[in-house]
Amino acid sequence: MAILVCAEYQGQQLNMASLQALSAAKDIKAHTATDLVVLLASSDEALLSAAQSIEGVDQVIGFSGDTSALSLAENLAPTIVSIIKSSDISHLVSAATTQAKNVLPRVAGLMDVAQISEITSVVDQETFVRPIYAGNALATVRSSDQLKVITVRSSAFEAADTQGGSASLSIHSDIVDSGLSSFIGETLVKSDRPELASADVIISGGRGMQNGDNFSLLENVADTLGAAVGASRAAVDAGFVSNDMQVGQTGKIVAPNLYIAVGISGAIQHLAGMKDSKVIVAINKDDEAPIFNVADYGVVADLFDVLPELNQQLSDRN
Amino acid sequence: MKVLVAVKRVVDANVKIRVKPDQTGVDLSNVKMAINPFDEIAVEEALRLKESNQASEVVVVSIGQANTQEQLRSALAMGADRAIQVQLPADHSDELTSLTVAKLLKAVVDQEQPELVILGKQSIDSDNNQTGQMLAAITNRAQGTFASEIKIDQGVLNVTREIDGGLQEVALNLPAVVTTDLRLNEPRYASLPNIMKAKRKPLDIIEAVSLGINLAPSITTVAVIEPAAREAGIIVPDVATLIEKLSAEQGVI
Repeated sequence: MAILVCAEYQGQQLNMASLQALSAAKDIKAHTATDLVVLLASSDEALLSAAQSIEGVDQVIGFSGDTSALSLAENLAPTIVSIIKSSDISHLVSAATTQAKNVLPRVAGLMDVAQISEITSVVDQETFVRPIYAGNALATVRSSDQLKVITVRSSAFEAADTQGGSASLSIHSDIVDSGLSSFIGETLVKSDRPELASADVIISGGRGMQNGDNFSLLENVADTLGAAVGASRAAVDAGFVSNDMQVGQTGKIVAPNLYIAVGISGAIQHLAGMKDSKVIVAINKDDEAPIFNVADYGVVADLFDVLPELNQQLSDRN
Repeated sequence: MKVLVAVKRVVDANVKIRVKPDQTGVDLSNVKMAINPFDEIAVEEALRLKESNQASEVVVVSIGQANTQEQLRSALAMGADRAIQVQLPADHSDELTSLTVAKLLKAVVDQEQPELVILGKQSIDSDNNQTGQMLAAITNRAQGTFASEIKIDQGVLNVTREIDGGLQEVALNLPAVVTTDLRLNEPRYASLPNIMKAKRKPLDIIEAVSLGINLAPSITTVAVIEPAAREAGIIVPDVATLIEKLSAEQGVI
């Protein structure tokens, strides 16, 4: 029996979220005494070797040749299915990235099993905790399926150690091309700032920012703190910033050490995305804004006064 | 081109839900219900395809008991042509898994043969984000999930998808399945005359048990609890105090 973890990468780096999902897989492994197998849709030797070094991994499955077809769910899902059917897989696990959200339910559908989405803890090998209703309730659920397909809310787990492992490598050469779809292109937002999903500090803006240009005030503070910049759905809906910055129930779920909410009222959909942050700061001129009910520290003042002052004082400290 | 849109009856997005004291679930008695917001976006997109003469008919489908007809009538009032209710037995109380929902929808797809199925990417109650992908899998169709723009061009569906790092564009062969993200469109409100008209639009009922699909879930809920509440902190008088707290007391900067 084995737990199969679908890992992802960007450039030459394994995704932090995948390393966190690996910790969830290790928690499952603690109940089942089984092998931990990492699947990486890449033929890059350095990347595969990095996956082999992850602590606790028994086997890495990589590919040979051109793996570009695997960027599409219509091809990756049946490829994963063929691996599951040729091995003895009890759990299929991946971080709940947009890629896994796209692909894993397709795998589950092809395998005729249910999926358990965005688990935040492992009770035993068939029982998991997951948030429902935008995190306003926590459900403990038990699966009776032979194969358990699971996505992991990565912010709930520590990253697995990238060193200390010596996994074996096997190359899967059979890439399914379903011919159902084709990849046209990607427009990725380039930023020198940390990624939202793995940043230690996040500063987010809401409707109170008034327009997209004013987000430069947040960016200044972010650059001083080495923070990522996020946004509420209201700010995205109003067209201030792009959707990949959205923190919330249907955007990104984050749990940094410090989350600074600026001009964000605190709708439950936004709280769902950030309320597990270690320390929350709210800056809002409306002292009745619900964000203050979850904030450790509140500043009741005009954000256009506070942000320049905050940036100045932080810069002076450095 | 026929478009099928799946809608789900869920708790209204503005309702603050309560967990039942016996930990069996969420208390849904006397709570305002609505079409799942992402499904409303799906209905809107189908209507726009029809208004631009790219779709010939918009059919909405929902799975549930008699009260789900309220949401189907809402979708008809927005402008859908007809509705199908896949009716669950009156005594059915288990929550369907997304896989079961996908299988029931497949039965409707087999019957209706739509070239395009549009669903919300996620329902705001169970937060699963699975049904569209599973339906695409079991009907062997291409899938365009988390769509922020769709365009049909000579039998090919171009979908712009919201992904973690930005946007991705894919081309899908038809027939296909699309799931909606927030920025795809802004759904319209139904006008009063259209609400009246919707009452006379056809609404067919298919008994779920007649479809030969096992409704028993492979996932059971052991307990539902309220998450630990975060306590409100303190209001600090100025920025200097804030920085002092964050660095000296919390050590986060």
